[in-house]
Amino acid sequence: MPPPMSTDNTAICPVKMVGIVKRFPGILANDHVDFDLRKGEIHALLGENGAGKSTLMNVLAGLYRQEGGTILVNNKPVSFSSPRDAIKAGIGMVHQHFMLVPSQTVTENILLGMEEPRFFLRLKEFDAKVAELGERFGMQVDPRAKVWQLSVGEQQRVELLKMLTLGAQVLIMDEPTAVLAPQEIEALFVTLRAMVAEGKSIIFISHKLQEVMAIADRVTVLRKGKVTAAGVKMEGVTRQELARLMVGRDVLFKLDKTPCNPGEPVLTLEDVYAENDKGLPSLRGVSFQVRAGEVVGLAGVAGNGQVELTQVINGLRRCTQGQVRLNGKEITNRPVLQAIQSGMSYIPEDRTHVGSSPNLSITDNVIMKSYRQPPIAHGWVLDGAKAEHIAGELKDAYEIIAPTIHTPVRLLSGGNLQRVILAREISGHPTFIAAVQPTRGLDVGAIEGVHRLLLAQREAGAAILLVSEELEELFSLSDRILVIYEGRIMGEITGELDTSANVETIGLMMTGSQYVSGALKEEMNRGGENISPGQPQGMVQHD
Amino acid sequence: MDLIIILQAGVATGTILLFATIGELLTERSGILNLGVEGMMLIGAMSAYSTAIATGNPWLGLLVAILAGGLISQVHAVITIKLQADQVVSGLALTFLGAGTSLVLGEGLSKAGTVSLLPAFSIPLLDQIPILGPIFFTRQSVMVYLGYLLVPLVWYYINHTRPGMHLRAVGEYPAAADALGINVARLRYFYVFVGGALAGLAGATISLAISPGWFSELTTAGQGWIAVGLVIFAQWDPVRAAFGSYMFGALRRLILDIQGPMTLFGMANPFYYNPYLGFFLQMLPYAFTIIVLVIGSREAVRKRLGSPAALGTPYIRGERGL
Repeated sequence: MPPPMSTDNTAICPVKMVGIVKRFPGILANDHVDFDLRKGEIHALLGENGAGKSTLMNVLAGLYRQEGGTILVNNKPVSFSSPRDAIKAGIGMVHQHFMLVPSQTVTENILLGMEEPRFFLRLKEFDAKVAELGERFGMQVDPRAKVWQLSVGEQQRVELLKMLTLGAQVLIMDEPTAVLAPQEIEALFVTLRAMVAEGKSIIFISHKLQEVMAIADRVTVLRKGKVTAAGVKMEGVTRQELARLMVGRDVLFKLDKTPCNPGEPVLTLEDVYAENDKGLPSLRGVSFQVRAGEVVGLAGVAGNGQVELTQVINGLRRCTQGQVRLNGKEITNRPVLQAIQSGMSYIPEDRTHVGSSPNLSITDNVIMKSYRQPPIAHGWVLDGAKAEHIAGELKDAYEIIAPTIHTPVRLLSGGNLQRVILAREISGHPTFIAAVQPTRGLDVGAIEGVHRLLLAQREAGAAILLVSEELEELFSLSDRILVIYEGRIMGEITGELDTSANVETIGLMMTGSQYVSGALKEEMNRGGENISPGQPQGMVQHD
Repeated sequence: MDLIIILQAGVATGTILLFATIGELLTERSGILNLGVEGMMLIGAMSAYSTAIATGNPWLGLLVAILAGGLISQVHAVITIKLQADQVVSGLALTFLGAGTSLVLGEGLSKAGTVSLLPAFSIPLLDQIPILGPIFFTRQSVMVYLGYLLVPLVWYYINHTRPGMHLRAVGEYPAAADALGINVARLRYFYVFVGGALAGLAGATISLAISPGWFSELTTAGQGWIAVGLVIFAQWDPVRAAFGSYMFGALRRLILDIQGPMTLFGMANPFYYNPYLGFFLQMLPYAFTIIVLVIGSREAVRKRLGSPAALGTPYIRGERGL
């Protein structure tokens, strides 16, 4: 690792934070953190979820108040007691959850923070100004559109425009790519570079190494509230080094996987039909098997029936036709409890509402499946001490980082919450696991942990259905991959999965015959394509 | 039974509901649900009437009612904004606090003698308009005219002024407003006060103008609750609120007046000969209110009806999930 850059004392530093300390009940979120930003740079702030990146930046943006340390803006010490103060000093933050009022128009949202107009809104006049501004920065949005009508990418543009009109010289972007599609990410990067060219400085908070490598000039890495690398130039830093600085140990980007030795079929679906929440058909004749000791990946663009499929398996959704069998026993449209008792585990996509009960403690959340039986239950009575003992053991075994087992799970970071859910779902030695987007929104270290836990279950002989939108994840975990499109299984990929031919095939199956994504279209235009989309039959490919 | 006269009286009665509804609407638009409208109206009616008796000046009574309503609403404001307690429970408590306080302080007020009322007059020229003139502009109380002015002003204020935009932002997404330096708590205190003041005004409108006097809890007779229901019915829009208020006012008058005559449309009036049917009729507005409240409290319906997104939830800066 190259040595940290020495700061140039003569230059004006838009932001310098020295020895920042911020505590939350039971957690030291920032432990004497130093951070400095130079004019006209993109400075990445890298770290796992819960490392204290957002906390540090919320301090800078005036949302939190630090308990120790000083902030210098343009070499002058400042003290912010509200976001308003920070904005006045030229520091604007674009939060992960956009700070936009959905029911108001783009213009209204931008006017919200401004001194002008004093009383009457004169929206027509300001609509024109907003349109003009968007034009100037290459971020067109309809000023009269209500924010809820906009796509996520457009909403982000409104946030940026808002900060620019408020005169922000320093822009803090909190995980700006988490919600964007690949094309939108590219457009965002172009915009960010344009703003830097105009002399703005950008702090780019992220836990995604790839993006940081692509956009940043320098990087500061945080781990558990402490700086592990301060303002290091991106040139000459490798992805491996950054990952180690972030996670604190070497991260394996390739998982060690034993050869697949599938046993008896555990889950069998036969010609399953189901409807979605709106009563429209969402599964149209799905049939497949998952055998003991194998991971079956289910690829597909979101909203093609993946969620409904796992719900039908679990008993959360009515199956209108067809059969679901678990370990040879029919469980079609049986109560969820029966599925659980037959050894089913369900790791839902929505961690905070389906996967856990946010206001209950870690203890309550981990015993949610096991409280009916001894040793926790004695007839009608629950043994609280025993439950806490079990929760304590699981907390250690699954490395759940939290002050105590009594902490409400809503206060946990995404990775830790997922560990709570996994602790509950896996500790009961399930025979079948349905995992939906199990690593969405998690950072490198946490993703690796989840992957290891799932593979360990495969070793132990569980059958696993993995639903994911990340092809990389599907490739590294799955033994074979099914592709779903509009409620139908389009085909299956087996053998050596991670080949470019397979990526292309999966991409085509994922998009059905109606729609071919930009990148694939290019591929096809180059003439490298002879499989016509929309012909699922016979697309089984054996390498 | 003259329909024009019923409608004219209905507009007058509806003005009471209008003030209370607009007040609650403004409070809810800021994200605070205050179910204590009934209590605040009673406080307003009582304090207005007793002030008018003591000083002989109804205008002073009106002012005291506004201040008293606003003041007692701050109990709810402190409990829900500063202490972040449940808004429904606190609002219910405020109803009982307001009712109890006004009954104790208003003891003996009903026998206190006559009082000079707020003036009523016709508007020249406008009262000449056929049908509308007699209904809206003839011998109405000054409060009724004030109501006419209030509705467009509030509508314009909410939708086309900067403070109105802040109000909407605070009720929809307080975190966004906070991030731009808008003081969420201060605005919410203010609009709870405005709601209380308008409920106090509504109370004074009863006791000093529309049905003068102090009849303990029968003074308001549940109109505060109807106002709460009307806010949902109005989908948080002041113009709809005005429409609903006058409609309910007319309905209340109709129910009273329909029991008067011996014949109705040339037939024996069943409501005259069977007085207990009148109780059924009198129940109807409240039954309707309950239905509106039940429908309106269903999350999905509320979202579609345009309820302020942050209604009923305290704002805590930096809390996860906001």
